[in-house]
Amino acid sequence: MRAAAPGSIRRRLLLQLLGGAAVLSVLLYLSVRGVSRSAVEQTQDSILGAATIAVAEQLRGTDEGVDIDIPYTAFSMLGAVGQDRVFYRIIVDGADLTGYADLPAPDDAPPGLNPLFYSRPYQQALVRLAAVNRPVIAGGHTAQVQVIVGQTRSAQEAIVADMAWRAAALGLGFFALAALLAVLTTRSVVRPLDRLAGALGRRGPQDLRPVTQPVPVELAPLTAALNGFIARLSGALKRTETFIAEAAHHIRTPLATLRARAEIALRQTQDEATRASLREVIRAVDDSARAAGQLLEHAAVVYRSDQRAEAPLDLAALLRDIGQSYAPAADMADVALAVSVPDSAVMLTADRLLVETALRNLVDNAIKYSGPDGRVEMGLGVAQGRATIRIADRGRGLSGASLADLTGRFRRGRNVEDVVGSGLGLTIVQEVARAQRGRFTLRERDGGGSCAELTLPLD
Amino acid sequence: MRRTDLAAGLRRLCLALLAAAALARPAAALTLEEETLFPGTPGGPVLTVLSTTDTAIFQPLVVAFQARRPDITLRYQVAGSQEVFAAVHDGATEADLVISSAMDLQMKLANDGFAAPHHAAETAALPPWARWRDQLFAVAQEPVVLIVDRRALGGLAVPRTRAALTALLRDHPDKFRGRIGTYDPVRSGAGYLFATQDARQSDSFWRLAEVMGALAPRLYASSATMIADLRAGRLALAYNVLGSYAASSLPPAGDVQIIELQDFTHILLRTALIPRTAPTPDLAAAFLDFLLSNTGQQLMAQKAGLPAIDEAALAADQSLRPIRLDPGLLVYLDPLKRRRFLAEWSAALRQP
Ligand SMILES: Nc1ncnc2c1ncn2[C@@H]1O[C@H](COP(=O)(O)OP(=O)(O)OP(=O)(O)O)[C@@H](O)[C@H]1O
Ligand SMILES: [Mg+2]
Repeated sequence: MRAAAPGSIRRRLLLQLLGGAAVLSVLLYLSVRGVSRSAVEQTQDSILGAATIAVAEQLRGTDEGVDIDIPYTAFSMLGAVGQDRVFYRIIVDGADLTGYADLPAPDDAPPGLNPLFYSRPYQQALVRLAAVNRPVIAGGHTAQVQVIVGQTRSAQEAIVADMAWRAAALGLGFFALAALLAVLTTRSVVRPLDRLAGALGRRGPQDLRPVTQPVPVELAPLTAALNGFIARLSGALKRTETFIAEAAHHIRTPLATLRARAEIALRQTQDEATRASLREVIRAVDDSARAAGQLLEHAAVVYRSDQRAEAPLDLAALLRDIGQSYAPAADMADVALAVSVPDSAVMLTADRLLVETALRNLVDNAIKYSGPDGRVEMGLGVAQGRATIRIADRGRGLSGASLADLTGRFRRGRNVEDVVGSGLGLTIVQEVARAQRGRFTLRERDGGGSCAELTLPLD
Repeated sequence: MRRTDLAAGLRRLCLALLAAAALARPAAALTLEEETLFPGTPGGPVLTVLSTTDTAIFQPLVVAFQARRPDITLRYQVAGSQEVFAAVHDGATEADLVISSAMDLQMKLANDGFAAPHHAAETAALPPWARWRDQLFAVAQEPVVLIVDRRALGGLAVPRTRAALTALLRDHPDKFRGRIGTYDPVRSGAGYLFATQDARQSDSFWRLAEVMGALAPRLYASSATMIADLRAGRLALAYNVLGSYAASSLPPAGDVQIIELQDFTHILLRTALIPRTAPTPDLAAAFLDFLLSNTGQQLMAQKAGLPAIDEAALAADQSLRPIRLDPGLLVYLDPLKRRRFLAEWSAALRQP
């Protein structure tokens, strides 16, 4: 197979249509010109033939020989079409009777009683001639008489030239019309392609729904293939997420058993070295468990961001709920948790699980990285059609790490010290912000600590 | 007045000199009736016009033309229409412009390739019937008329149609015997043209010819002599006379009346062509364009007495039939056709 030609379908189609139209226009021009020329020639010939026969009909046989009374109308009718020069010659048995003795005679004998037409140069012009033969009984014997009438063809040339101009105008007009139609056709042919491309281009990066756009039958295989591809892709994604979720689940259960055993062993042994290594084991198990939990959470978020369960959601209420559920953890860490949200509801349409998961991770970070006597503030503001959730702490700050550094998978800051974590929390937050068409920022706070902001569009 | 006399005197002198020169030359093929030199700037170009029209008629046009182009010396030659035709046909003339009233002969010259093409705004403005190709151009249109001396009629009604004329002649032969004038088609090209066109147009011509033939008609070679005889009282009527000659040489309110017959009156076109052999065709073209220009046409009508080309006048009166410039004119020039026509004409006119 030939390599597909690059370039634009629109241009190729347009050029081919225009090329076809141009060829047809030229053919139209040539055929109209040819047809009109032969029509004019035939008309002229028949007038010339009629004039010749009219002359021949006036041949008379007398006792002295052949006589002729050339009719006025015969020549006059030749002048009807245009002002062309007229010549004639009458030959009796090979001898000239009257007329132009040097007018060229035909090479062949005229057929029967009909005129024979031929063209010859005569008197610095191309002359069209008609010849007829008539037997005339004169002076007791039958004489063969040939009547030749000729006419220049300047009137015919003028008519043909005029016809050629008309034909050219016709061809041009035809081409102009065809060009207009070609442009319209090209536009209408390419429009479904444009529409499909536009619809696909407007999709978000996570949108893996099948293409349901109505398309012409010729494009159906393309959309079918595209939909198949999308289905395989999302199937693969889904399998991956499911696999991770199952794997996390399968890891957490034995880890819980392992932690319980390690704690029992820690309580039963007095050997300081063994106790230290057992504490190491417990910490590693905690890390792994946290990682497994976060992996599960991440998988859930990635999956749900494709198939969001959008519903009206009151952000103020959600924040209050989260504040309440983290109160024990904050107490345990000696951190004051302050929730200040408007009394009225702040409504938006969103997937509650996604937003809640993101906010939990942010509150978790704020408490985790605050240290004893810390203070975490949860706030909610509404401005310019957007709700901004602000979670600020007075903890250790970000030590100069940028948001891009921290939101990568399994990326943790250098400031974590012995804090348990997997490095997936901010990845999840970022994912949620994107799925909900919002924005996430995390920055150092004036006077120490850090401040995370998640901005979501209101309806 | 004085000046004109002087100019005329000078011209006569020139004429005399030229005539002497012509005598001194070996016998040329072309015999001229008149030759007049209208001198322009000495050493300037010379334009030769060969014409069938009398010098006196054309003189005002030549003078007006020279007022515009004083550098041009114009040699005006007059000859009979057959001589003019033969001279151009045989290359026996160095004329730059040929003006003739014999339309058929002019047509034959153009048809047989003796005329050079000429294009100008003036020629393009001519109506199609007053022009053949870009070679033959009508400069004046002249009715072919009947002239009657009312004294000879003696109170009888003036005939308005050929039928009425035939009846008049038949009913009063004694009044008209020997007093009818018409062209001799054998000697006169114009007479032949008029007779053939009449014959072509209607059978009433032959009836008229037969009636005339019984009244011993006098045959002429030119309109001028015919009109002269009519004025002198030798003729009662003249049939087929060029109206322009008649109008210019008759007193306006005399007993002689010019009649355009109502069944049909032929309009002769006085035509001009530039021969292929013209030594200075551009001068010829300049003079021709002048003749066809508005000024030229006005002068032609007012000073020369030759009616200007006027389509409206023809359209207004349907009995006026211009003789068409078409190849039909060639037909009667065919020798067999001519012999046959003249034989028929003689048979009709010269009755025992
Ligand atoms: N409130 C905060 N104060 C200081 N550092 C923070 C804060 N929030 C996040 N960080 C830094 O950003 C890093 C990434 O946070 P992220 O939540 O993704 O991971 P983690 O908290 O370490 O692990 P986990 O997945 O268990 O939440 C953290 O390791 C920490 O260094
Ligand atoms: Mg975290």
